[in-house]
Parts: sequence; structure tokens; C-alpha cells
Amino acid sequence: MADAKVIPFDDDRSRGGGKPRRRPGAGRPRRAGDGGAAGAEAPLSALPGAQRSPDGADGDGDGDGDGDRTGAADAAEGGRPGDADAADPTGAAHTAAAAGTAPPGAGAAEAVASALQSALVDVLPRLLGGGWERRAADALGFLRRRLTGDYEVDEFGFDAELTDQVLVPLFRPVFEKYFRVTVKGVENIPDTGGALVVCNHSGTLPWDGLMAQVAVRDHHPADRHLRLLAADLVFALPFVNQLARKGGHTLACADDAARLLARGEVVGVMPEGFKGIGKPFADRYKLQRFGRGGFVSTALRAGAPIVPCSIVGAEEIYPMIGNARTVARLLGLPYFPVTPTFPWLGALGAVPLPTKWTIEFGEPIPTDGHPPEAADDPMLMFNLTDQVRETIQHTLYKLLVERRSVFF
Amino acid sequence: MGRTVLVTGVARPLVGRLVRRLLREPDVDRVIGVDARAPEHRLGGAEFIPADIRHPVLARILVEHGVDTVMHMDVTGTPLARGGRAAVKENNVIGSMQLLGACQQAPRVRRLVVKSTTSVYGSAPRDPAVFSESTPPKALPSGGFAKDAVEVEGYVRGFARRRPDVAVCVLRFANILGPRVDTPLAEYLALPALPTVLGYDPRLQFVHEDDVIDVLVLAAGEPRRGTINSGTFNIAGEGVLLLSQAARRLGRPTVPVPLPAVTWVGSALRSAGMTDFSPEQIRLLTHGRVVETAQMRELLGFTPRYSTPAAFADFAAGRTAGLLPPGEVGRAVDAVGELLGLTDDVRAPAKADGVAKESVHDG
Repeated sequence: MADAKVIPFDDDRSRGGGKPRRRPGAGRPRRAGDGGAAGAEAPLSALPGAQRSPDGADGDGDGDGDGDRTGAADAAEGGRPGDADAADPTGAAHTAAAAGTAPPGAGAAEAVASALQSALVDVLPRLLGGGWERRAADALGFLRRRLTGDYEVDEFGFDAELTDQVLVPLFRPVFEKYFRVTVKGVENIPDTGGALVVCNHSGTLPWDGLMAQVAVRDHHPADRHLRLLAADLVFALPFVNQLARKGGHTLACADDAARLLARGEVVGVMPEGFKGIGKPFADRYKLQRFGRGGFVSTALRAGAPIVPCSIVGAEEIYPMIGNARTVARLLGLPYFPVTPTFPWLGALGAVPLPTKWTIEFGEPIPTDGHPPEAADDPMLMFNLTDQVRETIQHTLYKLLVERRSVFF
Repeated sequence: MGRTVLVTGVARPLVGRLVRRLLREPDVDRVIGVDARAPEHRLGGAEFIPADIRHPVLARILVEHGVDTVMHMDVTGTPLARGGRAAVKENNVIGSMQLLGACQQAPRVRRLVVKSTTSVYGSAPRDPAVFSESTPPKALPSGGFAKDAVEVEGYVRGFARRRPDVAVCVLRFANILGPRVDTPLAEYLALPALPTVLGYDPRLQFVHEDDVIDVLVLAAGEPRRGTINSGTFNIAGEGVLLLSQAARRLGRPTVPVPLPAVTWVGSALRSAGMTDFSPEQIRLLTHGRVVETAQMRELLGFTPRYSTPAAFADFAAGRTAGLLPPGEVGRAVDAVGELLGLTDDVRAPAKADGVAKESVHDG
């Protein structure tokens, strides 16, 4: 991938079909690639408009005007198939003028108008890429299902269609273009059945969870959804709570985790919680305490493997140099970050730094070898918790050594 | 010899249906209906005794008629006639205490069925997504019908301890919907535009009125082979609907109101007599509530005929269409498709990608 430079987001908007991540390395050459396909179609749409053109050229009538227009259109189409749509009419006019036989006044205007019309027929397919009808129909079908309430959510409020069509595509440019996330070892998450993904947590705002979700959704061979467990604060905030529920997140409690694992879902948990995400910049990449290790007993009861996950890059997106505790207490928040930019630049300060990320999923730690009553054995729980924690910490150190720089 | 069933709260239409249905059960000899007000609907061959359950006369009725099954249906959120919240609360709580006291004195009572509600779980952001029967609520309901139900359930548990020979079944119903019911939520959904809490889209669960009758009859009889019908059970249809989804299926526009203003809107609607917009209902419409029904299926052996969406569809079919009927909206979308010259069936479920512009229509 072209990591070295930040590529604008909007390039991703018109990307074609399915989930495949096939896309040319940079933004501009895509036009040329599409232009080849469009150029092959172009004569089909250009010829009928040009040859039998009574609809477009009533007052004209002259043979030479017609011939000119055909030539102009052909020249434009054949000469530069890769050109953007806007280039077409001007190109046609230039060719018509260069031909010399064209009448100087009204004829030229007619030629321009007709070329413009034939170009307009091509605008939609070129703007939206090949097969635009199919995609427009899909979009309308989606819109229809949305507006009539004809979709399903599970008991946690997870709306798979909305997640796949809107929420993940919304974060995909951030994942691919802004943080340029490298995903490693995603196949360590099993293709079927429950699994508990345990991640480190950092970055002041939970971008790491969202990126892990996109990583699993887009890169896992079985296209699995990562169901994250989130803090209760998420479900108390308006707007955030409903998007979180629709995106498949639920409250971080043993009941919900056990229920999701029993349904065979991939559950993501950040046992560090607020201690991890709200730690000062100086403590970056130092794993905090892993709660009481409740996640281990939940996984053990469900017999689900534990997949350690290490995320590098999230620590530096908002370097938290201070914590305004009084403000936090007034707002009812667990912490109130002070970064070099945040309260000072207002909303602009909330834009994360474009660091380069790596998400590595480690070898799964099986839990089904233990008897169910082992979940009540505190020593075993502490040992397993430590094993997971050490694995993540060591992977973090390894990835940090491999990292060339924070931003590249 | 067949059973003699006493049913409280028979002046309510749904309980009237239950009485008529119980009469058709082969092992039921007599059904005695009790309420302070005379019912406006038929009770079939049931005997009606006008009695207030808050009155000790109930003990005599139980003994005199040799009642062996008591179905306590008179725990309700809304007053049937005039009378404020205080009267409802007194009827719910004091009435239940009196009834349970009377049952304790009646040696022939073998079975007690109590209608409760899933609102005993409350609804708060810190609650787990799905409540099972044993989930302790994070925030107990602070008032209203839900608190009454919590208190009534407490008295019922005390009764079960004192009379271990009586099979006690507490059924916690999700919101009851159907073409004929008249619950506060049904009234709310009948508003021309639905006020919702801005920024929240609660998950709702419904149970169809036919299923309510069926499960009550099941709980009133002897347990079938391999099932237990004493204990506490959540009763709800399978599946979940979001409020926004329900509003769209009903074709009613939503009016999001910021949380602090919701209570004002609620009291305005209440004083206008439109609907009972209680604080408890506002909490439900903020955080939603979903219950687990595994015990209902596996222990009680009951499978509702209507899922939550089906119960809602049946309810919607019995109501006049809203301002934005889903059929019309669907046709409008199709018309846009025709305008673009799309001949494909736009309803075909296909995997579209990158339709970011549609996110505007979704909250």
C-alpha cells in the first residue's frame, strides 16, 4: 500500500461493488482505468445520438453539420478515452473548429449542444463507475427498506445492514487512508463460533475499538463482525448510545459478554477500560491493570478462545499531557483530556493526529481444556489474565521496535 | 371434580376474554369474576361478584365457593374509570395484600397466578442488554406502575414462602399489543406523530394479546409433562423492534424532543388526555428493555404464536394508517427508481456498497 502520503478521503466514495478491497494505489489513475471500460461503451451511446440526430438538430438539416458532429464525437471518444467527462464538449468543439468545414456561427453552437448532450448520457456512468444502475438500484432498495422499517435488529439492537452499508463505510476511509492500518494475524480469530478478542485500550477517544471493528469486518476471511463491549458512559450519551447499539456494541458486563459468546459471536473487550484510554501520554504503551480478569472467566465458561490483540498507533492520536479533573467531575466524565491542541483549538483540537497504526491479532489461547468449575478458581484466572496481558505487552514492544516512525 | 377459578379485575376487556376462554377449558368447572365495577362485556357463564379486592370480604368468597385457583389480574397501570394514580396504586398494592392474605386463609387454594410486567426491571443505561428472570435491576423503578409491580411481587414471594403448598406463578409480560388492547403504549403509538427522546432509539419487545390469554390459561392449569408452571417467567414475543423502526412500520413521523423537555411534553399530553406519558414510560422510551424468554420456552413450555414484529404488525393492521404509510413511502422510492430509468427490481436484496449518502436518513 502507498503509506507514505495521506490520500484524500473522498476517493473512496465511488468505489465499486462488494467488499473487496481492490483499488489502485493512488487516487488519480483510477479515472484512466475506468475510462478504458467507459470508452468501450462510449460508441454505443454516442453513435445513436450523432448519426440519426433529428431530435437534437432540427433547424440545422445540413449534411455537413451532421458529418462534422459525428467526426467530432468520434475524435473525442476515440482520441482520449481516458479523459474526464468535462473535457468532452470542448474537445468536440476544438475538433469541429479545426476541421474548418464547419459553419462559424449557429452550426458550431449546435455541435457543442449536441456533443454536450451525448456527453451527459455518459456523465452518470462515468461519475458513478460501471454498473451504476445496479448500484443505484441497490441504494434505492436500501433506502426503501430503511424508510419502511423493513429490516431486523438482534436483541442487542445490532443492525447488521446499517453497519455494513453505512457505519463501516464511514470509518473505512479513516482506517485505510488516515491511520493506514496494517492488520496482522486476523486469521487467528476462528471462522465460526465464539471468540473473545482482548485488546489494549488507548487514545483518549475510543478510535482503537472502531478501527479493530473495521479490521475484523474487512480483513477477516469469514467477514465476521466484532461485537465490542463498551463502557456504560457510551450508553448514557444521546446519539452515541443508539449508534453504538446499532453498530453491534453492548454494555461491558458479564451477562452480555456471556450471551454474545453463547450465540457464537466474536466479542471484543478492552479490560483496561478508562484506566487505559485515559492514561497520560508519558505512560504510553504501558498496559494498565486488567480489571479483575472477569473476561477470562466469561470466556472459560463459554469455552471460547481468547485472542490477544495489540494496537499500536492509537496512543499518539491525542497526546494527553494533562487531565482537567475538576472539569471532568463537573461534566460527569471519567477524565477530561488536555492535549497540545484540544481545549485550545476547540473542535479542531479533537481531530486525531494521523499516526500509522498496526493491529496484530495473536495466537488464540484455548480455554476449552479447563473444566467449567475452573472459572471459579482465582489462581487459574489470575494466571490466564497475566498470560493474556503479557502476550499483548510483548507484542506491543515488538511492534514498537519494528515501527519506523510514529507517522509513517 | 373440576376446578374453581377466581379471576380478579374482570372489568377489563382482556380479562373478560380470559374468563370466557377459561370456561372452555375441560377441567374448569366454575369461573368467578371479581371486580369493583361491573364489566361492560359478557363474561359467558362465569359468575360475577361485585367486590373490591381491598375489602376483607374476599376471604369469605374464597372459602364459600371453594376456590382452588386464583388468577390475580388486577395489577394495572391505568385507572379504568376516573381516579388518579393514588387510587390505582392503592388498588394494586393494598388490593394485592388483601387478596394474598385471603388466599393464605383459604386452605383449598392450590394455585396462584399473578400478572406482572417486565417494567420491574426498570430501564437504565447501566443495565445489561437483555434481562433474565434473575437479573437484579440496576435502578429500581422509582414510582408508578412499575414500582407497584415490584411491591406486589415482593408480597407474592412472601406468600409463596408462607404457603409452600400453593403453586405460585408470576408472569412478567412485555408490552401487550394487539388489535383490541388499550395499554398506555398502544395509546402512545396511536398519536398522529410520536414524540421520541432525542438521541435515543430504544429497543422494544411486545407480546400479542392472544398469547397473553394462552399463557395465562397454561399457567392456570396443571403443568404439562416435562414443564414447570410455577415460578417467575418473562413473557415476550421473539425479536426486537427499535422505536424508530416501529414508527416507520406504522407510518407515523417521529418528533424528537430533547430529554429535559420530554417531561413537559409528557405532562402536556397527559393533561390533554391524549396518553398517559408517565415518567416510567419515558424511561422505557429512552433506554428500552429486552428480556430473555428461554425459561418461558424451556420450563413453562410456551411458545408465543406472535413474534414481536408479528404482534406489532397485527396491532398496526388494526389502526388507521399514519401520515407516512409504509406502502406509499415504498412506492415513492420506486417512483424515484423509475425516474432514473432503473428497470431492475429495486427491492432485490443485493449488496450495495458505499452508499454513504443514505446515512442522512438514518439516525
